[in-house]
Parts: sequence; structure tokens; C-alpha cells
Amino acid sequence: MTWRTFFAMGGYAFYVWGAYGFATAVLVWNVVSALRKRRTVLKMLRELALAEQAPKDSETQHYASE
Amino acid sequence: MSRTLLSAARCIFRRDLTLAARKPADVATPLAFFVIVTSLFPLGVGPEPDVLSRLAPGVLWVAALLASMLSMGRLFAADHADGTLEQLTLSPHALTPLVFAKVAAHWVTSGLLLVVLSPLLAMQLNLPTHATGTLMVTLLLGTPVLSLLGSVGAALTLGVRGGGVLLSLLVLPLYTPVLIFGAGAVTASASGLDTKAYFSLLGAFLLLALAFAPWATAAALRISLD
Amino acid sequence: MYKYASPKNFYALAGQLVPWLGIITLLLFVIGLYLGLYVAPPDYQQGDSYRIMFIHVPAAWMSMFVYVMMAGAGLVGLVWNIKLADMLATASAPIGASLTLMALVTGSLWGKPTWGTYWVWDARLTSELLLFFLYLGFIALQAAIDDPRRSARAGAVLALVGVVDIPIIHFSVVWWNTLHQPASIGSLNRLISPSIYPTMLHPLLVMSIAFFLFYFTVVLIRMRGEILARERHTGWVMQIVRSSTEAMEAGR
Repeated sequence: MTWRTFFAMGGYAFYVWGAYGFATAVLVWNVVSALRKRRTVLKMLRELALAEQAPKDSETQHYASE
Repeated sequence: MSRTLLSAARCIFRRDLTLAARKPADVATPLAFFVIVTSLFPLGVGPEPDVLSRLAPGVLWVAALLASMLSMGRLFAADHADGTLEQLTLSPHALTPLVFAKVAAHWVTSGLLLVVLSPLLAMQLNLPTHATGTLMVTLLLGTPVLSLLGSVGAALTLGVRGGGVLLSLLVLPLYTPVLIFGAGAVTASASGLDTKAYFSLLGAFLLLALAFAPWATAAALRISLD
Repeated sequence: MYKYASPKNFYALAGQLVPWLGIITLLLFVIGLYLGLYVAPPDYQQGDSYRIMFIHVPAAWMSMFVYVMMAGAGLVGLVWNIKLADMLATASAPIGASLTLMALVTGSLWGKPTWGTYWVWDARLTSELLLFFLYLGFIALQAAIDDPRRSARAGAVLALVGVVDIPIIHFSVVWWNTLHQPASIGSLNRLISPSIYPTMLHPLLVMSIAFFLFYFTVVLIRMRGEILARERHTGWVMQIVRSSTEAMEAGR
């Protein structure tokens, strides 16, 4: 079987590859979205941790300026 | 003051009916919707009597579904707003029968009225007259199921933003068996076929809903009010 | 075994399992695709278009399996108050919904060459469509409720009502379909009958297992994200955040 006949899928190329392509997109989306979620949560927690530190550092300055 | 569970339930049933009677607009709006939606279909598909009579069972049932959906919002809303609902959950009586009383009162002012209105609309859509009786019976059996299932959704979406539309999204897919067999019965009756099987199934759905829905609704209320 | 009911231990366990599950899943997909697209011969009636079955059928099976998992996890969370069960339910929903969508789209693309139209109200596709709506309802309900505990428990009740209704819906739709179906339209079920050829059965089985493991891989990844978010006030999570910050700054 040549590559050409393989891709032609007996004339049903659009349907078969369309279906497999959509399926691949869905599977990839699932993985990417799950990984991104974890990364986004970590990023948000990192920023929260930094934000909680910052006011403590500037606290004394704040009172001094009032 | 009511001491037994039965008198408590009866008390709630009567209270809800009284409150509904004081706000006729709230009761009338979904009914008006039922009438309007049904009237829109001929405007959309043309006035040919044959087409209309073929579509009539499905259209009437979908319109009833939507009208029922619309009226579910007011089941718990007022009581939730003024704290009565919380009081109900705190009462010494089991919550499930009290919920059932509320849903029953709600159905009297929604589903039952749809049944009463349906012959007029059936006429508008050219449904054969011998099928109108079937239509009324299917609605009589089906609208309580809609109210019971809808009450679960209403309890889950209590006070949630996007409430009404969210409720529809949640509950409409669950309604489809009732729709399929309700409309199916009317179509069969219009063609002169036997409707016994449809009524058995609709009856079975009603029994199932009666057995489980009030309990699920009570559980959902506790979840939403905690 | 019960120590994994603690989010911290589960997080670590999941982190170790994911790479292995992922590799096995990928291997199975490659084998399945090879068997399904290359080794299996064309069908005498449908030609090469039947190969869509190797993704449509596993997707449909998994869409139902995941819903049951979602409802089961919801039940466990509701009855025993186990947070990880709630997280499993929430994490499963988008995966299940996307698999349902995959079943619908691939079913539609399979239907066009087979029946001539992209959408046919056949019993299985109609049931899948309603299942898709049930998933969307679950996701929408959980998204609309801010309090995590109420959100989890409300979702669980909805999923349980759904799981009871799904067989009823399926039965109703099958009945409705046989009543309205013109005789000329065949059913997709023919190819999935027990008398299927081994060359067609093997890829189907391999792909089914691949999809099954795929779900577990992805749900574990999602749950790790959920755990970090929910347990952000605990010491072990704060430690992870600190190491992650240090690693980032070291990388700069």
C-alpha cells in the first residue's frame, strides 16, 4: 500500500481524517488544558504568596508616612 | 398550631394556594406563554391544516414543557427570600412531605391549568378532536412529573446567579422521556392507534417521580441552605 | 490504601502514576491506530469509512463510563464527605463532555457517507446528544456556585438524578427511534455485533483500553491542579509553591 492510497482512504479521506483529526484535537485539548490548569494554579499561588509578603515589608513605611 | 405531619403538609398546601391566588399575575404568565408559543407555530410553519395537525402533539407538548419550566422559578423563590424556607427545613417534621405539599400546590396553579387550557390550543392547531382527550390525560399524568423533576432543579439552583436559564439547562434533558411518550400517545391516538402502552409508561414515570423527587428536592434544599 | 484519601498523599501518588499511564496510553493509541488504519481491511459495504468506528465507539463508551464515575464519585463525596471524591467528579466532567462531543462529531462524520446526511436522529446519536446536555448542565451548575462544598454537593445530586434518568432516556429514545425510523436506514450496530471480524475487533479493543487509560491519566492531572487550589492553605502546598518560586527565580 502506498502513502497515497493510505491517505485516500478509498475516497472517504475527508470523513476518516476529519474524524480522526477532530478526535486528536479533543485528546490534545484534554491533556493541554489539564496541564495548564495545574500551571495556572501554581502561578496564582506564587503571586498570592508574594503579595502576602509585600505589605509586611512596607508596613513600617506605611505607618511612618501617616 | 399543626402538630401532626399530615396537618403540617395540608397547612403548607393551603398556604401556597392562598399565596398564589393573591398573585394571579405570577400564575397567569406561564399560561400566557403556553398560549403564545403555541400560536407562534402556525405563523412559523404556515396555516395548512394537515401540517399543523401532524405537528400538533409535539408542539403542544413542547410548549407545555417550556411553560412548566418557566413557572418553576417561583416554587421556592419567595419563601427563600423571606426566610420561610429555612424555617421549613428547621421544623421538627420530615422535610420530604412538606416539599411534596409545596410541589403539589405549585402544580395545581401551573400544570393543572395547562391541562385545562389545552383543548383550546389543540383546536387552534387542528388536532383531531378524538385525540384531545388523550392530550389532556397525558398532560395530567406528565405535568406532575415535570413539576417534581423541576423542583429538584429549582432547589439546586436556589439563589444562584443565572438561575432561571440554568434551571432550564439542567432539567430539560431529563424531561425528554416524558415528552417522547406524552407526545407519542397523542400522535398514536390521532392516528387511531392504541395508547395503552404509553399511558402505562407515563404512569410509571409518575410513580417513580412521586417516590424519589420530593426526597431529592429536600436533600437539594438542605445542600443549598446550609 | 486509606492514606491516599488524604489530598497530600494522593497528589504525590498521582504525580508518580501520570507519566507511566501516559506512556502506556500513547503506546496503545499507536498500536490501535496501526491496527485500525493499516492492518484491518476495508469493509465490503462501507469501504474505508467504517474505520471511524475505532474512535467513535470507544468515545461513546467512555462518555457513559465517565458520567457514571462522576455520579459515583459525587455519591461518595455526598455520603462520606471525602473531598477527593468531589474533586474527581469535578475533574471528570470536562473530559466526559469532550468525549461525548467527540462521539457526536465522529458519529456525524461516519453518518454522512453511510446515510447521506451529517445528522440523523438515530437512537444512539440522540442519546449522546442528551448526555452532552447533561454534562453541560453539571458543569454550568458547578460553575455558577461559588462555595466549593455547596457546588460539589449540588453537582452530585444533579449527577445522581441524571444517572437514574439516563437508562430511561436511552430506552425512550430507542423506542422513539424504532417508531419513526424509515426501513431504509440501517444501524451502526451491525458492525459492532458479536460476529465482527477479528481484524476489526482487535483495534477496537486496543483503542477502547487506550481511551480508558487516557481518561485516568487526564483526570489525575486535573485533580492535581484541583488539590493545589483547594489545599492552598496547608503547609505542604505552601512548600510546593515556595520551591516552585525558587526554581523560577533560579532559572532567571
